[in-house]
Amino acid sequence: MGHPSGEDRLRDLLVRGLAGDGGAYHAFLSELSGHLRGFLRRRLTRLPDEVEDLVQDTLLAVHNQRHTYDAGQPLTAWLHAIAKYKLVDLLRRRARQEGLNDPLDDELEVVAASDREATEARRDLGKLLETLPDKQRLPIIHVKLEGLSVAEVARLTGLSESAVKVGVHRGLKALAAKIRKTS
Amino acid sequence: MKTEDLVNLLARQAEPVPAHGAEHRYAVAMLAGLLGSAVLMLAVLGLNPALREHTSLPMFWAKGTFAASLAIAGVFGVLRLSRPGAPLGAIPAALATSLALMWALAAWTLLSADPAQRPALVFGRTWTSCPFNIALLSLPVFIGMLWATRGLAPTRLRLAGAAAGLAAGAAGALVYTLHCPELTAPFLGIWYVLGMLIPTFIGALIGSRLLRW
Repeated sequence: MGHPSGEDRLRDLLVRGLAGDGGAYHAFLSELSGHLRGFLRRRLTRLPDEVEDLVQDTLLAVHNQRHTYDAGQPLTAWLHAIAKYKLVDLLRRRARQEGLNDPLDDELEVVAASDREATEARRDLGKLLETLPDKQRLPIIHVKLEGLSVAEVARLTGLSESAVKVGVHRGLKALAAKIRKTS
Repeated sequence: MKTEDLVNLLARQAEPVPAHGAEHRYAVAMLAGLLGSAVLMLAVLGLNPALREHTSLPMFWAKGTFAASLAIAGVFGVLRLSRPGAPLGAIPAALATSLALMWALAAWTLLSADPAQRPALVFGRTWTSCPFNIALLSLPVFIGMLWATRGLAPTRLRLAGAAAGLAAGAAGALVYTLHCPELTAPFLGIWYVLGMLIPTFIGALIGSRLLRW
């Protein structure tokens, strides 16, 4: 068994990411976006323009819900359930049946297929970010995009450190909620 | 924004996520809900005056065990349903076993009783109020369960809402045993179950709206 399987590798990256290893978490999300793209592109053959939006939507959901992963649980089952939930949610919102061309029951496929070629997302998450209130938008921009530490952002914005953390957390949730409303 | 940028954004300063956050959430919700329910019971209904004598009767403890077992199965059920892709495992079988034992005891009680006594065994003195009182006492736990579930990621929303309602209904029934004067299995198997089904049904109805994420 020389190399660990894709599932084990991804799971290991996520578990290390949940423990606070930023590099492992980055690798996890990056690899996952390829898998999701492959998975969703095959599911949305009639809606190719929706794929990249849904990849981003699902990545954000995985991030926001990462506390619901139980390390004793198969990672593919968890990822598959989230991707499927987001996919069904999209299809339901579009109130169309045409994208739903085959049953969504193969749990291994999220990890089996990968697609590194990102097409342009139609929806601009950056623009959505602009619509958040300052106390959520500024912490996200400074902490997440510019890479400042929480303490630096607290000094810069005059918010307390816990307010900065709460702002990032709530802001990402609010972003997910906005995605749900706009698409 | 490109997907790559989103990945960079999300991965930067990934803070450690505490393990067992979901379990902790439900434990807090259940304990706070039970406390609220107990206060509600004392304020609105009051303790059963014969409670002291009842504590020496096996049927009193069977009543509590019945409600507690359903509440525990309900909480573990909603916990599993709040994790994407987690199987329900033995939860449905545990629920079915609890119900089957109570109904078997009820059937045996009725069959071995004098026919003239049977209506009293089924209806007791409080059948008209029992289900509604249980539903009332389940309210604090129900709110707690829904709060806990909204912070997690259920993917089968109606089922998750129903499990939250069942956990709350059974917890409400558990608190209600401290007020309730009834001790017969047929009564428990019908009116207690009906009381627990009220929040279960409401949970299934509101789950698909309230638990979306």
